[in-house]
Amino acid sequence: MEPITVFSSRTVLLPRADIDTDQIIPARFLTTTSREGLGNALFADWRYDSDGESNAEFVLNQPESAGAEVLVAGRNFGCGSSREHAPWALADYGFRAVISTEIADIFRSNSLKNGLLPIVVSAAFHEQLLSVPCGVEVNLETRTVRVTDGPHAEASEAFEIDDFSRYCLMRGTDQLGFLLDRVPAISAFETQRSDPTPQ
Amino acid sequence: MSQTLFEKVWASHVVVPETADTPTVLYIDLHLIHEVTSPQAFTVLRERGLTVRRVDRTLATMDHSTPTTPVRKLADIDVVGPSAAAQIRQMQKNCAEFGIPLRGFDSDERGIVHIIGPELGATQPGKTIVCGDSHTSTHGAFGALAFGIGTTEVGHVLATQCLLQRRPKTMAVEVSGALPEGVTAKDLILAIIGQTGVDGGTGHVIEYRGDAVRALDMAGRMTVCNMSIEAGARAGMMAPDDTTFEYLAGRKLAPQGTEFEAAVSRWRGLVTDAGATFDKTVHIDASTLSPMVTFGTNPGMVVGIDAPLPAAPGDGSWDRALEYMQLEAGKPIAGTPVDVVFVGSCTNARLPDLEATARVLEGRRVAEGVRMLVVPGSQAVKAEAEARGLHRIFEAAGAEWRESGCSMCLGMNGDTVAAGKLAVSTSNRNFEGRQGVGARTVLASPATAAASAVAGRIADARQLAH
Repeated sequence: MEPITVFSSRTVLLPRADIDTDQIIPARFLTTTSREGLGNALFADWRYDSDGESNAEFVLNQPESAGAEVLVAGRNFGCGSSREHAPWALADYGFRAVISTEIADIFRSNSLKNGLLPIVVSAAFHEQLLSVPCGVEVNLETRTVRVTDGPHAEASEAFEIDDFSRYCLMRGTDQLGFLLDRVPAISAFETQRSDPTPQ
Repeated sequence: MSQTLFEKVWASHVVVPETADTPTVLYIDLHLIHEVTSPQAFTVLRERGLTVRRVDRTLATMDHSTPTTPVRKLADIDVVGPSAAAQIRQMQKNCAEFGIPLRGFDSDERGIVHIIGPELGATQPGKTIVCGDSHTSTHGAFGALAFGIGTTEVGHVLATQCLLQRRPKTMAVEVSGALPEGVTAKDLILAIIGQTGVDGGTGHVIEYRGDAVRALDMAGRMTVCNMSIEAGARAGMMAPDDTTFEYLAGRKLAPQGTEFEAAVSRWRGLVTDAGATFDKTVHIDASTLSPMVTFGTNPGMVVGIDAPLPAAPGDGSWDRALEYMQLEAGKPIAGTPVDVVFVGSCTNARLPDLEATARVLEGRRVAEGVRMLVVPGSQAVKAEAEARGLHRIFEAAGAEWRESGCSMCLGMNGDTVAAGKLAVSTSNRNFEGRQGVGARTVLASPATAAASAVAGRIADARQLAH
C-alpha cells in the first residue's frame, strides 16, 4: 500500500449519517476471493441504477468529484459488518482518507491496515467541511487536516491516531511483521498457561 | 483490585502489554473461519510462506455463500452462481492445503459459524474468540470476549494466534425487571439498540447485566449478545452461571468429567467484582417492553409493534429511511402488508427460535401471497427440529424448510428479497438492500415473524386467537 505522509485533495461529501458497510459495498460483491478491483463495486446501489447505468445524481458520478481522495461522510461511517472489502473498495477507488465525527470500530481498524486514513473531527469542523466541497491538506506527520480554499480556508483541526498505526501508514507497511517478531513471546505464553481444551 | 468481567478475560490473554507506542499483543483461544472473509488471508500466508500456527484452535465451516437447498454432490453448489461456488471451492482447497479440518457439506456439524461454536462446546467462558464476521459478539453470551475482525487480522491470527489491539472501554447495560409474557430476547435487544442508538456502543465492550438477562436461556442470551454490534459495540458479554454450565455440560468440545467440574469452578470467577466500574452505563426496564419491530433502515429505528411510528428527530436520514420503507410517521406499523417472512440467521435460528415459530404456525397457514422461508442455524438444529416434527408444522403451514446457512439475512447465496418487497425477518440488519437490491426489511422476533406470515400483515403474536 502507498505510504501516507502529507497530501492534498478535493473533498467529496456524503453527509448522510450511519452509512453502513452494505452501502459501501453490497454483500453480493463479497463472493470474490481477491481483494483487487473492488472500486467498481463501491457504493454500487447508489452509483448505478437498476439497469447498471451510472446515476448522474450521485456525488461520485459528478465531474467535480473526479480524482478526489478525501471522503467527508456523516456521523458513524462504516457501521455494520466486518467486511474488509469496504476499505478495499474505497482505497481501490482512490480514497486515502475518510473524515467523519464518528467512525465505526471494525471499519476503522480495517482502514488503518489498508492505507485508508480514518479521521475523526469535531462536530463544528465537520459542519464546515460538509458545507461545500473544498481543498484539504491531510498531514499525518502533524496529525492535522487543513482547509486550503473556499469559505473556510485555513480552518484546521488536529486528529488523533495512535503512534503504531501512524507509523505503519507513513511507511506503507503492514503489521504482520511486527507480530511475527513476537513469536518467541507468543510461544512462551502458550507454554506457561494451562488450557486443557484448545478448541 | 475490583475488575469487570471484560477486564478479567482481557488481562489473562495479554502476551505483550501495550505501551504508548505499540498496542497489546492479545492471545486468541478460538478462531472461527468461513469462506467469505478468509480467502485473501490464506493468499497472504502463501505469499509469505507462512503456516497456520494453531490448527487445533481454528474452527472452519461454510455458511454465507452456501446453498440452502440440499448438496448431495459437489455440483449441487452451483445453484449459488459461479462466483459464490468458486468461493466455496477455494475454502475447501485452503483448508485442505493448510491442514484445517473443515465442517463442510459432508459434515453434520456444518452450520452458521456462530451457531456451531456454542453447539459444539467450543465456545466457553473466559475464552477470547474472533472471526472475520461482526456477529462474533454472539459468543459473549458465555462470558467469552468475542469480536469480529477484518481479513487482514484473520491472517494475523492464522499466522500467530494473536492480534494487535488497543484496550476498548467498558459499558454496562443494566436490565431490571422481567420481560412480560410474549416479549422475547429479540425484543429486548432491539429495545436496547433503540435506546443506545446504532453508535452508542462504539469503542466499548458491553456487559449485559440484571435480572432480565439472568432469566434468559442460552439461546436468548446469544440473541442479545449477537446484536451488540448493531449498537456499535464490537463485543457484548454476560457473566456465565448455572444456565451456561448446564448448556455446556457434555458438549463434544467442552471439557469432560472431572475436567468439566474444574473448569466450572474456574468459570464461576468470571463475574464483575463488586466495586468495579464501567466507563458508561445504560439502564432499561424490561417490564415496560412490548414486541419490537424496526421501521427504518438501521436497527436503531425501532418501535413497539402497537405504537405509532415516531416523527423524524430533525434528521434527513430519518425521512429518507421512511421513504425507502414506504412507511408513514404517526401510524403504527402493525397491519402493513408483508411479502416475505424469513426465520433464520445467527440471531434467531436456534432450536428455541424454531419452536417459537412452530407454536404460532401450528394449525395455521401462511397467508396467500406470502413467501415464508425457515432456515435452521445448523445441520444439528435441523436434525433436532425434524426429530421433534417441527418441519412438518412449517411445511403444513406452507413455509419452505431449508438446509442451514446465513441465507436471506444477507442474500449472498441467492436467497434474496425482490426490489420493493417487504420482508419481516428475524435477522439483524435492516440496511437498505441488505436482503436484496431495493428490499425493505423489518426486523422482529420469530413469534412476530410467524404471526405476520399468518396474517399477511405485520402482526402481534399475542393477539392471535388461541
